[in-house]
Amino acid sequence: MRATRWTAAGVIALLAVGATGCAVGTGGGAGDDEANYDSDAELSGSLSVMGFSGVDEVATSRVDYAKEQLGDVEVKLAEGDLDLQQFLSAVASGKPPDIVYASRDQIGSLAARGAVVALDRCIDGEGIPTDDFVPSALDQVTLDGTMYGVPEFNTVQLTMANADLLSAAGMTIEDVNGSDWDAVSAANQALTVSDGGNLQVIGYDSKLPEFLPLWAKSNGADVVSEDGKTAQLDDPKVVEALEWAASVYEDQGGFSAVKAYRDSADFFGEGNQFATGVLGAMPMEQWYVNVLNDVSSDAPMAFDTVHDRNGDTIAYSTGSAWAIPSGSANPEAACRFAHAMTSVDAWQAAADARIEARKAEDKPFTGILTANAKADQMIRELTTSGGEPWDTAVSKMYEANDSTFSMPANPADAEFKTAMFDAVNAVLDGKASAADALADAQQEAQSALDDAWSKLEDGD
Amino acid sequence: MTAPPVVAASAAPPVDRERGRRRARRRNLGSALLFLSPWLVGFAVFTAWPLIYSVYLSLTDYDVINDPNFVGADNYVELFSDPKVALALGNTLFFTIVQVPLYVLVSLLLALLLNRAGRSAGVFRTVFFLPKMTPPVAVGILFLLLFNGQNGLFNTVLGWFGIDGPSWTTDAAWVKPGLIIMSLWTVGASVIILLAALQAVPDELYDSAKLDGAGFWRQSFSITVPMISPALFFIVVVNTIAGLQTFDEAYTAFFGAGNTTYSNDAALFYVIYLFQQAFEFLHMGYASAMAWVLFALIMVVTAIQILVSRRVVYYEGDDRT
Repeated sequence: MRATRWTAAGVIALLAVGATGCAVGTGGGAGDDEANYDSDAELSGSLSVMGFSGVDEVATSRVDYAKEQLGDVEVKLAEGDLDLQQFLSAVASGKPPDIVYASRDQIGSLAARGAVVALDRCIDGEGIPTDDFVPSALDQVTLDGTMYGVPEFNTVQLTMANADLLSAAGMTIEDVNGSDWDAVSAANQALTVSDGGNLQVIGYDSKLPEFLPLWAKSNGADVVSEDGKTAQLDDPKVVEALEWAASVYEDQGGFSAVKAYRDSADFFGEGNQFATGVLGAMPMEQWYVNVLNDVSSDAPMAFDTVHDRNGDTIAYSTGSAWAIPSGSANPEAACRFAHAMTSVDAWQAAADARIEARKAEDKPFTGILTANAKADQMIRELTTSGGEPWDTAVSKMYEANDSTFSMPANPADAEFKTAMFDAVNAVLDGKASAADALADAQQEAQSALDDAWSKLEDGD
Repeated sequence: MTAPPVVAASAAPPVDRERGRRRARRRNLGSALLFLSPWLVGFAVFTAWPLIYSVYLSLTDYDVINDPNFVGADNYVELFSDPKVALALGNTLFFTIVQVPLYVLVSLLLALLLNRAGRSAGVFRTVFFLPKMTPPVAVGILFLLLFNGQNGLFNTVLGWFGIDGPSWTTDAAWVKPGLIIMSLWTVGASVIILLAALQAVPDELYDSAKLDGAGFWRQSFSITVPMISPALFFIVVVNTIAGLQTFDEAYTAFFGAGNTTYSNDAALFYVIYLFQQAFEFLHMGYASAMAWVLFALIMVVTAIQILVSRRVVYYEGDDRT
């Protein structure tokens, strides 16, 4: 009997050891030292792309253009957004995709862990014109002075409002564009409608917690230093920004009520908050202009940029980027693909395709916002009139795009954001004052940044 | 005095017989291992090895990409001073302590009803079980719709009775109660187990009790509950473990894609925080340490439940004095 047990244990141990051998192999993928980036080189092989769906005409037209630039390279697109876990596992196992499409705010963390390679040689070899790109977009993919991603789309905010509600309250879009916080608070109180404690109209939605960096910047402060090394969440100006943005909800009966009402809206449909007159105003990403134009073109909209407290236009820039994973089997093709997908010619193809599609629907072309300033200029000239207020929306979108800021790349982006949003949520839930919550978040965020930067600098 | 049995001259001596048995046992073991090998390989690769490796990872700083860096017990030390671990553990224990008794009570009530439902029991049994088939992610999304404080169906129904329902999905005080109520959605599986146990209680016991003048409650507490106590115990243990591992619905509703910036501390359960550490912050070592602490907690809680069960669970054939 004892022999039986020992035999069984031995078999399991052997299998476990065997499995161990299979499982070991971490340590990150190889760099791109052997890659020879040259814009004139004939490329071959295949190119696997992760994180890019390519479902609409703007995507497919650019992919078609990029395929032409790659010649004999076979391009394989994996459907769906980037799954970080899947991507990192692929890198760790030494079989990463050749190129990855990620949110720009992930690039710093990926670079710090060695999951993506520095693009200096790729940029030089392929001749990617980085001077053409929007500076705030480049900041988001530049860690410690080195670029790790090629920025693609750009997202900025506009002030969107229901003109009828504003007019009925004797106000204009200028009252809610953020230049005067007292005016916004007053407008919020005037526009808010409650019935027996039940919210009927949200006066103003300051879009916490995600827009805290916007309100902080509007008040003259950055939530993280320019080099991405120092958290500045306890800056009195950030505290003041959070206090004000949260007070907008308190004046409406609390964040809980506003969020419940916000969640119940048909955000992407005909019954959206503006079309049904249940939202006064809010800052919102520019892509929502297209949604509103599509589903409720008769909605009484008014648009403006978001203004800082000095009255200047301001926008918090986010977006996507292309990056080459460590261990990419075909980095040369990946680099050319990134170059092609973000080139002015690719955006030209995308604009042409979108114009055709919009023509077929008898709708205006409201533009595409990219991280390539030269492409933006070209596309802007192709936009077609949709009448008011949509022409103003397009004009304001480009105005906002000229005044962007971004959070710089850092190696602890997820931890930083979690600390920041937890602090905002604590304030919105009434659990802590803005000063206390942000002081706690400051410690947490700084600790995460210190830890991540020290590992990066130690080369761990 | 009787003569000793005569041993046949052809029979093998005892030593040879023992060798033969050993050979047969070895052959049997070889055959058993051969047939078991698919399972053994699967167990070693997908269960034993990850377990062993997880113990090692819990003693390291590991970010998936770079090699693990041995840090000793640092992760465990940090874990016990992490306020978020305390918060997540508190949320999880609150959820489990309230949810499990409620879940068992509702399961038992429904099983008792079904037990008296006669022919229609089959239909209701299917109806109660069907929600269990719904993917947890869908249940999380459904939670946001049904429990919306503004126009959710749950508050609408409460409104018919003059009750002004709270903001279940956005008010921190009501998030956990809402999730607990929503968890009853999947009560069907337990109902079926309890129904089977109820149907196995011999009718003679009730007949005897009736003859002795026992009413419904007396029968329930003196016959029904003791007779189905093994099934109740099973449901309590399984649901306690599930409660301590709560993840899917709460994650989908409060932390999933599209809702990431609205994370709510009230819904931060232990496994959600573990998941964040592992797959969002890539602190695999810390997450592994968290997993082992949860494992230890589950072991302790289950051991206590087993100890208590020795006094309260009745198994037929038990010799209790």
